[in-house]
Amino acid sequence: MKLYLRYFIIHLKSIMQYKTSFLLTALGQFLVSFNVFLGVYFMLHRFYRIKGFTFSEVLLCFSILLMGYTLAECFARGFDTFSSTISNGDFDRIMVRPRNVMLQVLGSKIEFTRVGRMLQAIVMFIYGIYKSQVDWNFNKIITVIFMIIGGAVLFTGIFIIYAAFCFFTIEGLEFMNIFIDGAREFGKYPVNIYGKRVLQIATFIVPYTLVQYYPLLYLLEKDAKDWYMFLPLLAVLFIIPCYLFWKVGIKHYKSTGS
Amino acid sequence: MIQVEHINKTFQVARRNAGFMEAFKTLFNKQYEYIKALDDLSFVINDGEMVGYIGPNGAGKSSTIKILSGILTPDSGTCLINGRTPWKNRVAHVQDIGVVFGQRTQLWWDVPVIDSFELLRDIYKIPPQGYKDKLEELITLLNLEKIIKTPTRQLSLGQRMRCEIAASLLHDPKILFLDEPTIGLDAVSKIAVRNFILDMNNRHKTTVILTTHDMQDIEALTKRIILIGKGKILLDGSLQDMKKRFAGHKRLLLDYDGRDLELSNGMVLAANEGHSDYGKDTSGFGLKHSIIDIDTDKIQISEAIGKLSAQVDIKDISITEASIDEVVVKLYKEYEI
Amino acid sequence: MKKYLSFFRLRFIYGLQYRAAALAGIATQFTWGMLEILLFKAFYEEGSGEFPMAFSALVSYIWLQQALLALFMTWFLENEIFDTIKNGNIAYELCRPVDVYNMWFTRSMANRLSKAVLRSMPILMIAIIMPEPYRLHIPKDFVSGIWFLITLILGYLVVVAFCMLIYISTFFTISPMGVRMVAISVVEFFSGSVVPLPFLPNKIRMVMELLPFASMQNVPLRIYSGDIAGIRIYEKAALQLFWLVILVVAGKLLTKKAAKKVVIQGG
Repeated sequence: MKLYLRYFIIHLKSIMQYKTSFLLTALGQFLVSFNVFLGVYFMLHRFYRIKGFTFSEVLLCFSILLMGYTLAECFARGFDTFSSTISNGDFDRIMVRPRNVMLQVLGSKIEFTRVGRMLQAIVMFIYGIYKSQVDWNFNKIITVIFMIIGGAVLFTGIFIIYAAFCFFTIEGLEFMNIFIDGAREFGKYPVNIYGKRVLQIATFIVPYTLVQYYPLLYLLEKDAKDWYMFLPLLAVLFIIPCYLFWKVGIKHYKSTGS
Repeated sequence: MIQVEHINKTFQVARRNAGFMEAFKTLFNKQYEYIKALDDLSFVINDGEMVGYIGPNGAGKSSTIKILSGILTPDSGTCLINGRTPWKNRVAHVQDIGVVFGQRTQLWWDVPVIDSFELLRDIYKIPPQGYKDKLEELITLLNLEKIIKTPTRQLSLGQRMRCEIAASLLHDPKILFLDEPTIGLDAVSKIAVRNFILDMNNRHKTTVILTTHDMQDIEALTKRIILIGKGKILLDGSLQDMKKRFAGHKRLLLDYDGRDLELSNGMVLAANEGHSDYGKDTSGFGLKHSIIDIDTDKIQISEAIGKLSAQVDIKDISITEASIDEVVVKLYKEYEI
Repeated sequence: MKKYLSFFRLRFIYGLQYRAAALAGIATQFTWGMLEILLFKAFYEEGSGEFPMAFSALVSYIWLQQALLALFMTWFLENEIFDTIKNGNIAYELCRPVDVYNMWFTRSMANRLSKAVLRSMPILMIAIIMPEPYRLHIPKDFVSGIWFLITLILGYLVVVAFCMLIYISTFFTISPMGVRMVAISVVEFFSGSVVPLPFLPNKIRMVMELLPFASMQNVPLRIYSGDIAGIRIYEKAALQLFWLVILVVAGKLLTKKAAKKVVIQGG
């Protein structure tokens, strides 16, 4: 933990060297996700609701997912850009150091510019709270926190899978965008609107719904069981297969060295 | 102590053919080639030794270094470094080694060098007192006082390399791997780096394994060299031994008046560089400069000079040994690598 | 003209090299299209009276949008061009006996086309054999098919001409990255790639339809799907042509101005 803090401080110091560039990139992050917001706004402006969800409820759904995603992208960026770490030899450097490899990869990059997107998520979240008539109580606040953490861990897991693929090949990994960008883009609406098939895939293959749809039902008191609030914690278990796959990748790397 | 015994390593490489259809085929049916990177490699390096590990590109140098530093697992064979197998006990092993990759940096680009050092202190869990002493020593020896608060991106290549080496030694490793440590450096920096490495070896008995293409590095630093080619060790011995193999040859550089030379057995004209401006021409033939190789098994140097001076008026003469670069070229030729 | 043609060919072949990436791109775009259609289907079922396009027209719109992504996405910018300007190598380019604007224009065209050729066919082929209501329909009649192709080319040229302005703006701004991101965000939304333009409120939409951004993917995709038909086709095509000319002329003028600046300041 102390080591991670040290990495954190170094990244912070680096950022301070390029303040203008940092601010502009953060602004850009804000703008890019603002488009998605506009899309949601105009669609619900026309149709008022979708599968029983109102605009403000969709906003809650979108903003919570976006917060989890943004946390993952900020702190697990080292896995997201792992193909360059491998190809420029920095990974060898990590391997000759007496510390946990994952911790070092996490520390190798922290993307503070994502604060722009975080801000966007927070604004939408506040607006969503204000407009939707949710009766907030302790359990629901806890649920939101679970959802954010669960989402962050889930996306980190996907980044780890992406990085583990890099041990085998660096070509054609764009297909992972389906699970990363695709999940972020289409996760703006509760997953059930895409139909049963997608709902199943997003529950049993990659458990997006455990951090999005089901706990959201609990928040909005839409025909939800109480235990739905704990589902995001179940999603955290997704990190285990990701970690095992990463281990396989490391083993492969140690036998081929490239 | 480093003990390497019968290490083998084969890589599988996907074959790629040119052309669209060929490339399309390989999508479904990949063909592989097998490349033997290391072939029954064995050697022992004692504590405190400095060894030059040389060979042409693709000979297996970096595979060896990767195995020794625990990044790569060999197919068969054993390797014990201070009693540990590197690839099985990575974390414990790498605490004892330092690695300098000459062409890559381990320093953080945008922050002062000292911040990178402090990160390394935490990575290697160096105790505060030990860190303080070591840092002081490195700052003095490498003359880092003025540059340690500067961000890496503002340093010159020579300054950066000095910091790079310091960074690899902060945790006081017993073994140091140096991969092309002087590449791209100017003469002053090169000599500073070399002197420092010698000094470290003297003081701390650090074992140094040096891979380089710069033979002056080898000459200045190591007593022993290991030559590798096509995955095999071709030669393992002292630098002197190696030179001796080619020591039967000396070379004379000769400036003389331009009369024709008659060379006797054991003397070969290596180059005739024509006109020389050295001294005054008394013969009317014009001055000449020639290089003559002498095979000392057949003719003594003094005898050769005697014969030459009997024929022509020598303005200047110097005797050289074959340079280490030439020795290496000859070695590569001899082993056809 | 010949030199631009050979330049085009070179870039085109270069772009065809990345097969694995293309395969992955096809998978991604296909999934993307499918989810997009499912999303609109949910809205369609919610209140079909409010739905401004026929559902099958929308399905065709989305499939074509995904298949032809490489032609229309403004974010397919070439970093090499930005780098040339930033590091001053532009001075060398200006020394060559070619027009920089034309050269970059050709280059961007080839780059986009090579990507689109590799990726569009498989997506379209799968989309055509999808079960109803997810199937891509062929255009209603031959004439609108022809007009689709014409406006497709015009739209593609408008996109390239607009991207040229983004490249050239690098000469005049201290923060190319900022301009780039703002430009991309604006175009994304205004061109109808986030939400097809018919879904926007009428007042906003009337203005947006006139902007150059609506002359990009909006026109050909809606002609194909039959959403734009009859006399309106000619209007739209004329508008495309108008914007293309304006953008190219503006680009050329700015390039000239930028070249002067480079010559005076020495990069």
